[in-house]
Order: sequence, then C-alpha cells, then structure tokens
Amino acid sequence: MELTAQLLVYGVLMGLIFALIALGLSLIFGVMNIVNFAHGEFLMMGMYIAYLLSTFLHLDPLISLPIAAGAGYLLGIGSYHILIHRILRGPMVAQLFGTFGLMLFLRYLAMYIFTPDVRSVKQGILVGKTLSMGWVNVDASKIFSAGVCLLAFAAIYWMIYRTKLGRGLRATSIDAEAAKYMGIDTKGMNALAWGIGGATVALAGALLAHFYYVTPTVGMLFTLIAFATVALGGFGSILGAFVAGIIIGLIMVISGQLVSELKFSFIYVVYFLVVVFRPRGLFGW
Amino acid sequence: MLKVDRIQVHYEGIPALHEVSLEVNQGELVVMVGANGSGKSTTLKAIIGGVTPVSGTILFNEREITREETAKIVRMGVVYVPESRRIFGPLTVEENLLLGAFTSDSEKEVREHLEHVYQLFPRLKERHKQRGETLSGGEQQMLAIGRGLMIRPKLLMLDEPSLGLMPKLVTELFKTISLLKEEGYTILLVEQNVREALEIADRGYILQTGRTIHSGKGVELLQSDIVKKAFLGL
Repeated sequence: MELTAQLLVYGVLMGLIFALIALGLSLIFGVMNIVNFAHGEFLMMGMYIAYLLSTFLHLDPLISLPIAAGAGYLLGIGSYHILIHRILRGPMVAQLFGTFGLMLFLRYLAMYIFTPDVRSVKQGILVGKTLSMGWVNVDASKIFSAGVCLLAFAAIYWMIYRTKLGRGLRATSIDAEAAKYMGIDTKGMNALAWGIGGATVALAGALLAHFYYVTPTVGMLFTLIAFATVALGGFGSILGAFVAGIIIGLIMVISGQLVSELKFSFIYVVYFLVVVFRPRGLFGW
Repeated sequence: MLKVDRIQVHYEGIPALHEVSLEVNQGELVVMVGANGSGKSTTLKAIIGGVTPVSGTILFNEREITREETAKIVRMGVVYVPESRRIFGPLTVEENLLLGAFTSDSEKEVREHLEHVYQLFPRLKERHKQRGETLSGGEQQMLAIGRGLMIRPKLLMLDEPSLGLMPKLVTELFKTISLLKEEGYTILLVEQNVREALEIADRGYILQTGRTIHSGKGVELLQSDIVKKAFLGL
C-alpha cells in the first residue's frame, strides 16, 4: 500500500513535468504544423541556466526559474525569426531537417561550452529535502516543481482561451490565411507560439535541474518522451498534453518499479499503440 | 475611395491578372463579374494585401497600399470576406465575430458593433455560444458577413457570398447586401449571380482573363450585349 501510494504520487509529480515539457511542442505544432526537434535542447538550456546561476552566482535555483523562462522565450522567438520562418515555405522535409539542424547545433554548442561532463545543482533551499506526508515521502523540489507546472499550465490555458491574444493564436492555428484577413499578424502569432514553447520548456528545465543531472545530451531523452506525450494527448491540444503527461509519468514510474531497465521502453510501447489505434491521440482533432 | 490602377499579379511566375483597373467611391456598391478564373478573387486579394502586384498601384483614400501588409490595410478600414466563408469552425459564433474586430483596441466599440451585428442577424445572437462549424450554410454566410462588419469597415469586400447557398437564401443575401448599402457601407462585391448582383449595384466591372474589359452602371451593364451573351445566355 505504501509503495503504491508512493509510486502514484511520484508518477503524477514526474508527469506534471513531462506535461509542461510537452506543452510547447504541442502548441508549436498546433499553431504552425511544425515539429520542433530542438525542443529538448531548449530544455537543456533551461537546466544549464539553473546550474550556472546556482554554481557560479550562488543563486537559489528557485530564482533561476523566471530567468530560465525569459531566456527560453527569447530563444524560441529568436529561433523563429532567424531560422523557422525562412524554412516555412520549403517542403516538409526541409522543415524537419531545419529543426533537426537546430537541435544538433544547440547540443554541440553546449558540448563545446560545458564539456560532456555530467553536472548537477548541489545547493538550494529545496535541493535534497524531503517531505513526509503520511505514507508518502517526497522530494520537496518535486512537490514544488509540480506546483509550478500547474500554475504555468493554468496561466497558458487562461492566455489561450480567455484573452484576445489567445483568440488570435487559435484563429491562426485553425486557418492562418483567414486569420490574416482579420488583421491578425500571423507571423507574430507564430513567433509567440515559439516564445511560449521556449519559455515553458526552459522553465521545466530549470525545475528538472533540481533533481536531475545535466549534460549536453540530456535533451534527447526528454524530446522523445515529449513526442510520446504529445502523440498520446493529441497534437495541438493543451489539455491533451496535460493529461498525457500525467499518464506517461505514471507509466514510467510504475513500469520502472516492475522492470527498472525497461521504464522508458514502456513509454514507447504506449506511443506505438496510440499511433496504431488512435493516431489523433486522446484529445486531438 | 479605392482606386486600382492597372495592376498585374503573378502566381509563381504565371500571370493571373494582366491589367485590372477599377474604382470604388464612397457609399457605392460596385460589382465585379466574370467567368471562373478571370481574376476576380485575385483582385480582391491584391487589394487586401494577400498577394502583391508586380506592377500597377492601389490607392485607398489617396494612400498607396499596393505593397502594404494585410494587418495595416485592415486597420485602415478595408475588410475582405473571403470566398467559402472561412469560418473558424472550432471557435464559437461570438469568438468568430470578436476576431473580426481583432484590430480594434476599444472594447466599448467592439461591444457596440457586436450588438449591431446581432441586431442585423438575430440568428447569430441565438447561436452565439455554438461552434461556428455547427451552423448551416446560410448562417455561416451571415457569420462571415457579420464578422466583416465588426470594425464598421470603410470598404467591405465580399467574395462570392452566394456560393453554395440555396436559391431562397441567395435572394435573402442580396436583400442583406442592399440593406448594408442603405446603411451607408461602401461595398465591392464579386458575384457569379450576375443578374441579381447587377440589379442592386451602382456600377459594375467585367473581368475576362485577368483584364477589366468593360464597365458601366449596373442596369446599363445588364442591358449590354456583352453581359447578355457572356453571362445571361440571352
């Protein structure tokens, strides 16, 4: 019983982080039908920001959260203006390789700057602390991260479904040409989707850095998990990313308990089943 | 108000418009007629900035807008209601209407215009919470026009609004368009229902393979041999 409760709590907490990572990937795809292979590298950047600020400036990783989100926003917008809008008119393959190239560029840039060494955040109010709640002991940083993920989701959801800007973003994702005739700056909306995507995933990275090691290649694993999450939730669906993130978190933690070496394999089994039996995902169009 | 002077438009190197010229004055209802592929839609898209002419000029209220961005042209008061309505299907009727006012910064004005549109089309008010895609064809056309009215445009351009409507609804649509003209809207209309359109129009232009080949008063055009032969089958 204790173990089950522990696993469920841990799975949901991890799942919320997966959900926040998947959010931006899904949003960018929803607005402009582009799959961002460099998504995990944005996450890696958020992690390094938390690491650097903590190690060299002795800032608590909590303070690095808004800084990472801001940097992620700029990275997303910058990628759009410098690279993405140029490859939009090209064939699908050019778009795929465009973001794939961005992924390689960012990954090996990090390799050059930070070396392949494995690093981790060692100090911070929440680092290494555990909270005990009845049967369950949980890392304080994971509880906190989950709370931040919930807040970030609520903020993005509100922005997209309750504000004029969000209405413009949704219109652009449904029919960009018609949106343009409404006077909506559709290029600006694309850039905004990249900005939000970059900000949320970098925020997730700074949260993750509290309890996960950082290397230049850490993005690969999380990109693949995010793909599985988005496929399960439905491409372009925010609610889908949220629910699917939690499901993926639970699957990973529970299967990891059963056969620890295979915990990631089970995620791809789910991915495979979704693609075969319900290609549009749980909440997709 | 609007002056299109000998514009030429290419789609990927292939000429779509060779030489189109037309004028719309304040308060007028002007109709463009022509066969499929004669360049009517392309002309409207050139005016709204959806395609850029390779030569020629477009003036709106004396200001050149030939290479201006669509968002700026809309802010100047030009609205394009596209062919086949292009409703944002998953969004509600009201969200669709509010998107028509995206360039408006005054919330008060937006509310007023929304009420005005609901008065004009009470059906839309009844269904304001419904998703756009659940409306019938006629209601979707009302929504498309209503969305176009949300900034009280100085120039309203309607692209084949009767397309796909039942004959009864087509008659109703032309009544609506006449009503809008009476309210003082300036309208540039592209239509395949040549007779009905010319009957309510002040003036008309005839397009053929990317050229304006003829123009005149609505009723006069209706009597002209060129229209009788080419469009009315007389």
